[in-house]
Amino acid sequence: MIGVPNAAAKRNPAFLEGARERQEQGPAGFAGCESGERRRPSACGVWEPSMIGFQTLLLKEILRFWKVGFQTVAAPVLTAILYLLIFSHVMSGTNAAFPGVSYEQFLIPGLAMMSMLQNAFANTSSSLIQSKITGSILFILLPPLSHWNFYFAYVLAAIVRALAVGAGVFVVGLVLAHIPVHNAAWILIFALLGSAMLGTMGMIAGLWADKFDQLAAFQNFIIMPLTFLSGVFYSIHSLPAFWQVLSHLNPFFYLIDGFRYGFFGKSDVSVWLSLGVTTFAFLCLSAVTLALLKSGYKLRQ
Amino acid sequence: MIAIEINEVRKSYGTLQALAGVSLQIEEGEFFALLGPNGAGKTTLISTLAGLTRADSGSLKAMGHDVVSDYREARRALGIVPQEIVFDPFFSVRETLRFQAGYFGIPRSAALDTWIDELLGNLSLSDKADKNMRQLSGGMKRRVLVAQALVHRPPVIVLDEPTAGVDVELRQTLWAFIRRLNAEGHTILLTTHYLEEAQQLCNRIAMMKAGAIVALDTTDHLLNAFSERVLKVIVSGDLPVPLVAKRAKQSGAWHYFSIQDYAEVELLLAEMRLLGVTVTKMEVAEPDLEEVFLKVMNK
Repeated sequence: MIGVPNAAAKRNPAFLEGARERQEQGPAGFAGCESGERRRPSACGVWEPSMIGFQTLLLKEILRFWKVGFQTVAAPVLTAILYLLIFSHVMSGTNAAFPGVSYEQFLIPGLAMMSMLQNAFANTSSSLIQSKITGSILFILLPPLSHWNFYFAYVLAAIVRALAVGAGVFVVGLVLAHIPVHNAAWILIFALLGSAMLGTMGMIAGLWADKFDQLAAFQNFIIMPLTFLSGVFYSIHSLPAFWQVLSHLNPFFYLIDGFRYGFFGKSDVSVWLSLGVTTFAFLCLSAVTLALLKSGYKLRQ
Repeated sequence: MIAIEINEVRKSYGTLQALAGVSLQIEEGEFFALLGPNGAGKTTLISTLAGLTRADSGSLKAMGHDVVSDYREARRALGIVPQEIVFDPFFSVRETLRFQAGYFGIPRSAALDTWIDELLGNLSLSDKADKNMRQLSGGMKRRVLVAQALVHRPPVIVLDEPTAGVDVELRQTLWAFIRRLNAEGHTILLTTHYLEEAQQLCNRIAMMKAGAIVALDTTDHLLNAFSERVLKVIVSGDLPVPLVAKRAKQSGAWHYFSIQDYAEVELLLAEMRLLGVTVTKMEVAEPDLEEVFLKVMNK
């Protein structure tokens, strides 16, 4: 054992440098830029430490779900396909919401969005609660990561997972039905907004919950009803007046309605209203989450 | 330079006062021990330093950087080995260390991989580099925690009971490595319940009780102030009166004589021989941190 470090020191004389020198060099001692330029992004390009910290956390969050991809991506796609097969079989021949759009065509974007929303939520919330319960959250609390780093890394990873699931549902949907694309930009905007919003809600839930039971309550009593009652399976115009009003209070409705607009060029409400409502909801949730992270809510006592 | 500067730090959890105004300075290059019974506030103090806990009042600095207002630089200066064994079950040892370096702003590079290999070699983990964290034993996981704390080459290393439940061989391996890091200029702050470790390793010691520092001095001064070298003997028959007068104390069959140096042993034994005392058993006990600890805690 004692022989090993000596050999290591011979290979790399920097090993025996004093601690102060290392501190002055900072992490720059490894590679990249000169010690004095450490904090200037312009001088170091992507090397800026905070940026690397953020990228690392993002990569870790993506790998975390990717390593269990059957559970986090393939399974939700399969669930959506089952919904699609069963509902389109049972409801075939039903009048669709928009003229010229079959029920199957109507359902596929809704299902894709629903899967994206649920998986974006699941990604941030389960990652946070798992690391809180196992204690491994410590590894990201000790380094110099800011609340912005945290927020964007978690939410972007949730978006990546949501888009992977959404794309999976969409591709299978293409096999089962012809799906028109009216405006790809709206599709992408609502896909991003929806997954970012639910990723953010997942962060709030993951920070708040102390045990899996509380998280499950959040998921089953808030997220599930909101997604199911947002017009995934029906047009809200088919609902009694009271339920129509209620649906308009559900921000998820606007996500799905706007997302559908991208496919069919038709929607229950104006796409601009949907954009406004969802952007506003997303910004409010983000502000809450950033404030929670900054205050160290349930992370730093 | 002052590596760690703690100034009047207070922290309460409800009615429990975990830190009752702690002030402490640790110079760069010190090997410093923080001792105290369970619940004395050692881990709270370390958590406050690490930014895991927020002090109600007072300030803490690491290498001159305030842990709240300049937390990025303060955290870069610190390498913390936590008391609890925690790990991320998704990743291998090498991945874990690369991620940890990345969080501290160190990009993937050949230099980083060389350093990771060296850390793993020094902690006898080379053959576990590509094993998933779940496959490791408790002692191995603890060594990975040490490697994680060192991967960004922090000038200050904080070890919170690093040897709890660790076997003798590994403990020696670990201490040899930490000692070398200290010799290279790293400042070490250690908490432990193994007082002989603190006595052997640390140049200065603080003892905590109920959230406050109750003793703070160099190891030598503490030992001299609270403990002494003694000659312990068991004799056949009763101890003659002149020797009873010189005796420091009696405990069971053992008679204790305080001595300053070894020359006094010779003199005491000569006196016993003169008085016809037969010594059946004899020991010379060195000053002992455990005795210091108990005296300080019971003060």
